[in-house]
Amino acid sequence: MRRILTWFLSTVAVVALLFGYKTSTGASATPTSDTVVAAPGTGSGASAGSGSGSTGTSGSTGSSASSGTSGGTGTTTYTGSVAQTRWGPVQVAITVAGGKITNVTVPQYPNGNGRDQQINASALPVLTKETISAQSASIDMVSGATVTSDGYVQSLQSALDQAGLA
Amino acid sequence: MTAPAVSTVSPVPTAPAAAPRPARYVEHVMGMPISLALRGRHTSDERARAAWADALAVLREADRVFSTYRPDSVISRLGRGELDERDCPPEVREVLAVGEAARRDSDGAFDVRRAGRLDPSGVVKGWAVERAAAALVTVPDTDFCLSAGGDLTCRTLHPDDAPWRIGVEDPRDPGRLVAVIPIRTGAVATSGAAHRAAHVVDARTGLPPSGLGSVTVIAPSLTVADVDATAAYALGPDAAGWLAARGRTGLVVAADGVTTVVG
Repeated sequence: MRRILTWFLSTVAVVALLFGYKTSTGASATPTSDTVVAAPGTGSGASAGSGSGSTGTSGSTGSSASSGTSGGTGTTTYTGSVAQTRWGPVQVAITVAGGKITNVTVPQYPNGNGRDQQINASALPVLTKETISAQSASIDMVSGATVTSDGYVQSLQSALDQAGLA
Repeated sequence: MTAPAVSTVSPVPTAPAAAPRPARYVEHVMGMPISLALRGRHTSDERARAAWADALAVLREADRVFSTYRPDSVISRLGRGELDERDCPPEVREVLAVGEAARRDSDGAFDVRRAGRLDPSGVVKGWAVERAAAALVTVPDTDFCLSAGGDLTCRTLHPDDAPWRIGVEDPRDPGRLVAVIPIRTGAVATSGAAHRAAHVVDARTGLPPSGLGSVTVIAPSLTVADVDATAAYALGPDAAGWLAARGRTGLVVAADGVTTVVG
């Protein structure tokens, strides 16, 4: 638990990462920090994150409680400070139960408003909590390794193209 | 004789979306689907079609020069030793230089020369699409997103316009997405096991990397994004750390589906 807390607090300055800790398999993954890559240590935590920005999450499960809220039966949610990244403010919250991280949410991330509009060259991937179908994602293009001419007919990209051929 | 009562009223259009759907074009070049989406002033007119034709011409020319499947391509002749690198066109030397830089930076995991074969495909795709996009850049008041087999470059002129939304394919299930990248102007490239029939290998071992599903890199330049995605993928378990050390933005998807955002 202490290790988790240490890790979490240390990410306050580097939460330029929205990491999808769990995937659709939902298996009991282990909360090792090797699933996390810290950005270069730019930007320090700004305001304390207690409860701020609990709206506007993408695909969170409503567990983005304020800092250190105890959820009973040893479940606690920690909300980090808001880190100013070059894409805009980012904030991460984790839920810990039984010494393991059980959920990760991102209460604040650059979402196309405000300063995010200054972004030109780069963007940050927004992870989906569960893998999602293209139909529900409202996307323009698909980036992937399997899009060849052979497999194109069955691909998501093909569906997108067919939907709007000039 | 009475004319039948024909309604000439067009169907009422459905409620407009927040932004009009982009116009789309598709062709197959180099064994890959080339997809273009346009929005803005020139989407379906002569100007748009001319730019699309120009972009395709650039890709076909790149295929002629760089294809390892064409025995008469410059690359094939260079690989067989019939040509000296100094006698090659400047674009060939440029691509080889990009490949050499990637080899150095990846400690040899990325290498256009392996087992006596010269295969710069890992550089050519992104590089060629970036050049092809130059034809679209000249189209005024028009945004574009140009993709070649899942590697793409796009631009958005007006800061108030919505970014292009790029879905990142789930390497375990290409019918689904693991992430969405909203990007206005820049490039997105993904490398993974299915890339060109599983031919991405660690050049030092000749083996495909283990434990990785795919690597996606976001960068201003598609040449950079494509090469770095492929190099990072070849590095296997070191992919995320390597990208972070280079200051790149990206997404690493492990074979078991665990995702790591870098940046």
